[in-house]
Amino acid sequence: MIGVRRFPRLTFWQMVFFVVMAGGLYASYVRVMHGLGGATHLSDQFPWGLWIGFDVLCGVGLAAGGFTLAATVHIFNIERYKPILRPAILTAFLGYLLVILALMFDLGRPYRIWHPLVMWNPHSVMFEVGWCVTLYTTVLALEFAPVVLERFHLVRALKAMRIVLIPLVILGVILSTLHQSSLGSLYLIVPEKLYPLWYTSLMPVFFFISALCAGLAMTIFESWQSSRAFGKHLELPLISGMGRLLAVLLSVYMTARFLDLLHRGVLPLLARRRPETYLFILEIALFLVPMFLLFRRKVYSNASALYGCAVMVLLGFVANRLNVSVTGVEAGSGIAYFPKWTEIAVTLFIVALGFAIFRFAVKYLPIFEGGVPAFSKDRNIVSSVPVVSTVPGD
Amino acid sequence: MAKGILYDSTMCIGCRACEKACSEHHNLAYDDGIALEEKLSAHKLTAITTHGDKFMRRLCMNCLQPTCVSVCPVAALQKTADGPVTYDASRCMGCRYCLFACPFQVPSYQWSSRLPLVKKCDMCADRVAAGQQTACAEACPTGATKFGERDDLIAEARQRIAANPGQYNQHIFGVEELGGTSVLLLAAVPVEQLGVRAGLPSTPLSLLTWNALSEIPNVVTVCCVALGGVWWITHRREEVQAAEGKEREKKS
Repeated sequence: MIGVRRFPRLTFWQMVFFVVMAGGLYASYVRVMHGLGGATHLSDQFPWGLWIGFDVLCGVGLAAGGFTLAATVHIFNIERYKPILRPAILTAFLGYLLVILALMFDLGRPYRIWHPLVMWNPHSVMFEVGWCVTLYTTVLALEFAPVVLERFHLVRALKAMRIVLIPLVILGVILSTLHQSSLGSLYLIVPEKLYPLWYTSLMPVFFFISALCAGLAMTIFESWQSSRAFGKHLELPLISGMGRLLAVLLSVYMTARFLDLLHRGVLPLLARRRPETYLFILEIALFLVPMFLLFRRKVYSNASALYGCAVMVLLGFVANRLNVSVTGVEAGSGIAYFPKWTEIAVTLFIVALGFAIFRFAVKYLPIFEGGVPAFSKDRNIVSSVPVVSTVPGD
Repeated sequence: MAKGILYDSTMCIGCRACEKACSEHHNLAYDDGIALEEKLSAHKLTAITTHGDKFMRRLCMNCLQPTCVSVCPVAALQKTADGPVTYDASRCMGCRYCLFACPFQVPSYQWSSRLPLVKKCDMCADRVAAGQQTACAEACPTGATKFGERDDLIAEARQRIAANPGQYNQHIFGVEELGGTSVLLLAAVPVEQLGVRAGLPSTPLSLLTWNALSEIPNVVTVCCVALGGVWWITHRREEVQAAEGKEREKKS
């Protein structure tokens, strides 16, 4: 698994990983034993913090690459994107599983997480969110299933999956559209709390478009990371094409945001010397800079530059979600909130878990084209695991 | 038939009898220390707040079209025909959307509990259902908190203002705010000077999210048709190409 040459670097990351795991487990213990009060800085005035703002809102948004690429390949029939479809589906599936894990920390009574499926209130956005999480996680599990079935040569099941694939992809796109936008709708209910630079009746639309941007950026990010970590060939023409699409989407997003601010007449707020102003400018800059860069041939034809732009978009996306859910509502709630160490430890724990599972899945499942590349190249492999050299099907 | 509570700040002497009666009725501890906490919490469902020589009372406004009821994903919060907004603890999963959404910051959470629940004034729903008045109104020695038919209370509030125009601020808080609240507030000065959130719209906040939620059927229909259509076109093109290729083979 670990090449001798790269030993020192990997141990550093392994050490980081184990520290994060230990911290996360201890924080989980605090959460269980001392409740939300002991594990968070949340209060009656500020009931939603980092776990909702980052783990849930960003987790769902970063998973948007899954449905975007599934639609590109299976609905729009642009076959050349197929090589990066599976990693994107895996990211989305993992993202949703980790969001559910985060909810188990955040809900006061996590063992009742299934209640919205039985006790209905269709007037609640949270009800819609609950249903979307459940259904889309199921869809993602099914979209990911062929990878596992292939790994174990279950041909008949694979054929059955192929029949339901298209309806499944369409269902996935619909559920994602609803879910991404409904996370924005959640905040429509607090017009008096959320700072006017962010509060707009268009929040559902903006959440959806920015999620598309984040999904594309995430796919570029993980293609680049995978090519480095697994010695895999980087599909430059593909991520280059996505980079250009990202530029177009970002300009649509930025234009819409600007027009919205203009029509609501809140642009003068930018003259105020308030933390919200600076955070807003930071967020917008993290979208605008990569947008302009990605229109340039020099940038979109260079892997590292593409990666840099993707990272900026991801940071801009995280800034946007945190602004809407945390920093933008602090003044309106009349309270200053900063997460407790346990909140941060759990968040890091969940992120690290995501990276680890992704790595693990890539190693043992045919995620990338050409089977399981790590096996064929590396001889220090645990020999008890059989190597599969299947040609990946649909 | 909806009941309501009229709180008249000018008649309140800050004796906190309402707080004590409320805690007793809801089986919560009450002592001098808790009396000094001038804010709502999971162990204090109503609070008298002092503002110089004036008082204000904090309690659930029991809105006519409550924000909390609209946002609760498991329908744990309900508006009863009598007026109270009730909470069914057996449904609650602890998402705390009600705490986040309430424009009056009323619902409280049992933060230090391992299995917490939401706590809030329920306008003594059990007493009201039994034809009694709320515990706070019964305990009030001056009549500052008065229980009755909401319509009658509005009429009475208007009478009081008309009888003593100099003593009151003209606005009765709760008649129109957010589509109306079961609890009505009267004071000598605008209530925002006594710590009550002002500038609320006269329409319920739930309309804001409903505008978005009601678009779901449209989104689903449009997505289905559009994606199905695109799929049909892109794959039809392939089929046609394949068929044409075969024909060409035959000819040659």
